[in-house]
Amino acid sequence: MIRRTAFAVLRKDLLIEWRSRALLTRVVPFAVLVLVLFAIALDSEPLVLRAGAGLVWMTTLFSALVIVQRSFELERRDGALDVLKTLGVDGTALFLGKAAALIVQLLALVVILVAGAVVLYGVNVEAPALVLLVTTAVLGSCGIGLVGTLYGGLVSGTSGRDTLLPLLLMPVTAPVLIGASRATESAFGGDAIDATTAWAWVGLLAVFGVAFAVAGAVSFGPLLDSDS
Amino acid sequence: MPDLVVDVRDAVVTMAGFPALAGATLAVREGEIVVLAGPNGAGKTTLLRLCAGLIAPIRGSARVFGLDVAEHRDEVRSRVGFLGHANGLYAELTTRENVAFHAALVGASRDEVDAALHRLGLGGRLADVPVARLSAGQRRRCALANLVVRRAGLWLLDEPHAGLDANARRELDDTLLAASRSGATIMFASHDLDRLGNLRPRVVRVGAGVVEGDASVGAVGDEASHGGAPR
Repeated sequence: MIRRTAFAVLRKDLLIEWRSRALLTRVVPFAVLVLVLFAIALDSEPLVLRAGAGLVWMTTLFSALVIVQRSFELERRDGALDVLKTLGVDGTALFLGKAAALIVQLLALVVILVAGAVVLYGVNVEAPALVLLVTTAVLGSCGIGLVGTLYGGLVSGTSGRDTLLPLLLMPVTAPVLIGASRATESAFGGDAIDATTAWAWVGLLAVFGVAFAVAGAVSFGPLLDSDS
Repeated sequence: MPDLVVDVRDAVVTMAGFPALAGATLAVREGEIVVLAGPNGAGKTTLLRLCAGLIAPIRGSARVFGLDVAEHRDEVRSRVGFLGHANGLYAELTTRENVAFHAALVGASRDEVDAALHRLGLGGRLADVPVARLSAGQRRRCALANLVVRRAGLWLLDEPHAGLDANARRELDDTLLAASRSGATIMFASHDLDRLGNLRPRVVRVGAGVVEGDASVGAVGDEASHGGAPR
């Protein structure tokens, strides 16, 4: 039952994204522009090379705000979320479905941003580091996607949601930002972090993801119900 | 005699500390079409939300399909279709995709989706049109198709005719009649009793948070048109 509902929500969200092309036409241009502006602002090739990984994840986090807000705007526009609530749709399944759709979009964005970092910043990804990079991309996207869905749902019924979401999301995702940046820095061939330390950061990302998956699955339904 | 679908007894509901229902009692039998009539703030929407399992009474009881709405909230919600002022549709998706989404939530088949669309007059070309391009009446019917495909036995509709032109109202009435004939029980709130067409509903007067009793369409319509609260 939960799996069926979660899959239906995931499919619906991705279908809407495919139809509207919001990721391609709004989020990706914004994200690439941020990458370019960071490079211009730093104005130093060694500095950009060193900061490349952090810039990729910082940009992902900024872009996630846009994607999360849009994801819940779709539910709010014609009262769809209210209708789902009144129909007794399982909160856990709704959370997992929306989070999965967000994670897929974030993962696609991270792939584009890493490619952008290779082209714009000249970072180098060796073949052995690919496993580390892919694992970091998946777990980092999961962390931001899960927290984004939880807080997006929490603020979706409030009047100041556009301001409230960044204020809530940014501090909570700090561990993801730090962990994913360190691990990606190692995958980009940075000397400051060895592979063992990088995988330890990946472990942190996994723990963070599991913690917020459980927290979201347990609390999303009651959170939505509390404002019905 | 048909089974009792709604059985509300002396229900008291407060909203933000104020009594929205002050001892309402109502019984609705299977297959009935019931319209709740009364002025703004009378408690019509609260009564619908109570029957949908969205709120619970602080005193009295409310049972739907024999289930207490407070104790069996999720089961009540899964058997009831509640439609407020919003349709709950996704503008980017087509009519068929919107209904198929609700079908997927309950495990209904593609045939059931087609049957629901056909029953609501949304088959053929309209099925593959994005909801953003539908008229207000067609969107309302699409929202009702979602209730059909969810196999809701009790339809609770809050001002379903609001914002619809004469044709759309007639189409909606036909839809409600057809749903009633196929076993659904329908309860809706309405201000506009003069144009209920051939629905011939049972009219229940609601005022100041209590159910005042049954009335004829004409009697309540006349009183409402003279500016007074229905009595």
